[in-house]
Amino acid sequence: MLEKLAVLDQEAHTKITALNTIEELNEYKVMILGRKGEITALLRGLKDLPPEQRAEVGRVANEIKDKLEAQLNSRAAEISRRDLEIKLQQERIDVTLPGLPQQKGSIHPLTRIKREITEIFTGMGFTVEEGPEIELDYYNFEALNVPKHHPARDMQDSFYISEEVLLRTHTSPVQVRTMEKMVPQIPVKIIVPGTVYRNDDDATHSPMFHQVEGLLIDERITFADLKGILMQFARKMFGENLDVRYRPSFFPFTEPSVEIDISCVMCGGQGCRVCSHTGWLEILGAGMVHPNVLKYGGYDPEKVTGFAFGMGIERIAMLKYGINDLRLFFDNDKRFLRQF
Amino acid sequence: MGVSINQLKKYIQIDQTAEQLAHNLTMAGIAIEGIETTDDDDKLLELDLTPNRADCLGWINLAREIAALSGADLTIPDVFMKENEEAIEDYITVRIDNPQLCKRYAARVIKNVKIMASPQWMQDALQKAGIRPINNVVDVTNYVMLETNQPLHAFDYDLLGGLRQILVRPAYAQEQFTTLDGANRQLDEEMLVITNGEKPIALAGVMGGENTEINEQTTMVLLESANFLATNIRKTSRKLGLRSDSSIRFEKGVDPNGAIYAANRATQLIHELAGGEVVKGIFDVYPEPIQPLNILLRPERVNYLLGTDINDTEIRSCLNKLRFTVTETGEDLMVQVPTYRPDITLEVDLIEEVARLHGYDKIPATLSYGAVQPGGLNYEQHFRDRIQDILAKNLLEVINYSFINPVAYDLIRLSEQDELRNCIKIANPLSEEQSVMRTLLLPGLLKNIKDNLSRKNENLAFFELGTVFYPTNKPLPREIYKVGAVVAGNFDTNWLKNEVPMDYFYLKGLAEDLLSGLGIEEVTFAVTENPAFHPGRTAVVRAGDKEIGIIGEVHPEVCDNYNIKIKVAALEFNAAVLYELSKPIRMTKEITRYPGIKRDIAVVLPETVTYLETKSIINDDQSGLLQEADIFDIYTGDQVPAGYKSMAFRLLFKSSEKTLTENDVTPIVEDILQRLKSQWGALLR
Repeated sequence: MLEKLAVLDQEAHTKITALNTIEELNEYKVMILGRKGEITALLRGLKDLPPEQRAEVGRVANEIKDKLEAQLNSRAAEISRRDLEIKLQQERIDVTLPGLPQQKGSIHPLTRIKREITEIFTGMGFTVEEGPEIELDYYNFEALNVPKHHPARDMQDSFYISEEVLLRTHTSPVQVRTMEKMVPQIPVKIIVPGTVYRNDDDATHSPMFHQVEGLLIDERITFADLKGILMQFARKMFGENLDVRYRPSFFPFTEPSVEIDISCVMCGGQGCRVCSHTGWLEILGAGMVHPNVLKYGGYDPEKVTGFAFGMGIERIAMLKYGINDLRLFFDNDKRFLRQF
Repeated sequence: MGVSINQLKKYIQIDQTAEQLAHNLTMAGIAIEGIETTDDDDKLLELDLTPNRADCLGWINLAREIAALSGADLTIPDVFMKENEEAIEDYITVRIDNPQLCKRYAARVIKNVKIMASPQWMQDALQKAGIRPINNVVDVTNYVMLETNQPLHAFDYDLLGGLRQILVRPAYAQEQFTTLDGANRQLDEEMLVITNGEKPIALAGVMGGENTEINEQTTMVLLESANFLATNIRKTSRKLGLRSDSSIRFEKGVDPNGAIYAANRATQLIHELAGGEVVKGIFDVYPEPIQPLNILLRPERVNYLLGTDINDTEIRSCLNKLRFTVTETGEDLMVQVPTYRPDITLEVDLIEEVARLHGYDKIPATLSYGAVQPGGLNYEQHFRDRIQDILAKNLLEVINYSFINPVAYDLIRLSEQDELRNCIKIANPLSEEQSVMRTLLLPGLLKNIKDNLSRKNENLAFFELGTVFYPTNKPLPREIYKVGAVVAGNFDTNWLKNEVPMDYFYLKGLAEDLLSGLGIEEVTFAVTENPAFHPGRTAVVRAGDKEIGIIGEVHPEVCDNYNIKIKVAALEFNAAVLYELSKPIRMTKEITRYPGIKRDIAVVLPETVTYLETKSIINDDQSGLLQEADIFDIYTGDQVPAGYKSMAFRLLFKSSEKTLTENDVTPIVEDILQRLKSQWGALLR
């Protein structure tokens, strides 16, 4: 009996090693260990053995049973592992193929820049004001210290609707509109992003474009505050390390007036095509609010002072995104818009 | 072309390089745009003057500015001339009819001149300044204008006619006049002319006349040194479309007190270059001489406004450098401003001068301003950002011009009476294509499709958030924001071959996504008609009784009009209405932890019954257990009778109290089917 068991054990061991699939393994498990299996059949002969041998043979038989069971399990694990590997091999894909395209939209670069500028100033406590795009001559010019036939009107040729109504040529009319609304409260601390229009269309001028205006009125606002806040803006917008310079300039609605240049973001101030080889880029016009404008807004220039500034969104977008053609903003070509 | 540094050196010593000089001037507000080197090794400064500093068009004035910055001495050319014993009054009399428009008129006469070419130095000087040399007399008038900024004009005295007088008067309506350039011009009563007492001989301040032009035969010269009202010259020059070196200067303002120096300087040079003799005296009519302004300057105010600590001595020194006369009055300063600086009229203008001379870069930059208050966008501004953010997930944002071609209203098939045709017209548009303000976004968006298709860009999906303008009976129109979108083509095709057409339903999906993202509920889409859209594929979008806008497939004729060969779907919503309707987002559906039961039903209905009608019958459920009813199939064909369709819904039942069983759900489904049956005789398929 023990011999038979030993043979069986030996045979089974060889056989299991040769089995190749889980199905074969299951079949064989039933055949050898099942209720009708070979070991069970063998053990049925146990009762014919002398009682003193029974225990010994039983023990050996159970050992073999356990051993074969373990071997079957480990073989099964081996086969599963192997099968999985084959499956994974077969499922291989070309991971370099493009992903499933999404219908991707985008925000227009001018909107993006407008938001970026807005975010910097709102972070410094400015709120956002808006005003009509079709404006009264009074707010667009007169209340900004530009009387009829003032030569400064030449700087901004206008689209007129009638004698007294025009497409606003800058966002500045919102200065006086806001002052009228807020007087006598202080501070007035606003920015005004918006669309503006000038009767001009060539490679560097678009008849419609965008500006952000700013105005801060309070007691004791100084030119030094203007420099501080606008320098802060320039550095947040274009980089902490750039140089900023302040040039006297002229706007009818500010006095003193200043033009703010930054060191060229393209060449770092060495001089290149973008900065016309000057090393400087003009980004902002600003100045202390003209006393006449404060008066138009209802404030007493002896009691409050303020500064105002304005910048072109297109220009800043061109500098920030390296766009060399103004027309691209309004061509609305898919190939352009998709890049933002 | 520009201001020659060699020329400037006649008035002031310049030790700096051209680059240094350009930098110093630029940083003092006289912007130099570029420097040109000439063949004779001169440097020309290209000026970009602000309108308040037009005085610096004159070389002497520019030299004066350089002197203020560098401290060098200014040399203004002395005028010497020998006059004869005759009296100017015997040759000419001057009368000004309209002293508001002509503030001063000074005349001199030079006899027996010989007209010839100017010497080379004069020709060179003019050419560097961009003025063509003509002859010695005319060249002198131009040269002295460049020097002093005072425009001058020389007439041939013999051609003046017998009255020997100058009469300055407004032109007559439709008066004809031929200017020096040979052009015949029709004048009006707002224009000012110089006449010989009968007919015009010059268009005041703009251009002389052909009839009295200096020519080779000229022997006697009448020299005009006058001053005209800037706004009037500007108007005349614009109306006639005629700009000259003279009008450019007058319209920016010329100092009337410089007229005599310029007249004498020119007379001297004419005498030098053309010989002859100078008739004694100047006939000068100057009814209201301009006096220099005296302006009070408070040194404390200088520092108050600038945020500086500049002491009185420096303030005075800055003003002295500019040759302003400063006297003390108690704590304050009284500053007399020369009349060649008409831009300075207020204390604040003087403060700018001090700041400029002190140096803007020397003013500190402070961040001490400390009014702490929250900044940011208001709700409506945030709301508009949100519209853009939601749509930009799938669509490219465009920005179109606010002005459109009025033909667009025909192209989108608006009827003659359509109120959207009532639009704001620009009086002076760049072109007909950009001549009216849009009342809707669709034309711009269709043009975007057209332009992109013509550039072979396919599969287009755009949106715009922009202003439209409606006329009102007030001076200003009503401006509102509109949201528009257009789609055409498929999702970009790809190697996975799953194309989805961007059609009505695609766009409607985006619209629904937008509306729910904005917190707008109970939106309905109802059949509507609109001339621009397909009559069977267009819906008006509403929430409650508020109309949000329109969505649909663009009418094929409209596409044809835009030369678009593919189908386009479009929507246009009123952003102001969206804002009114939007609610803060709130959690409205309870999350139940009990599993639900799904049941699919397919019902056969008459073809005319809409999805919305069917769904509202299904949703009219009292059990409170029906959570969702999603349509998943629509079928017409062999399996259903003609004139009928099958609609399949997946119903989801859930309870917040227990796990539902079939027994709970079956009677509810029966009930739904019963309702559909009694409404339309619907049968279960």
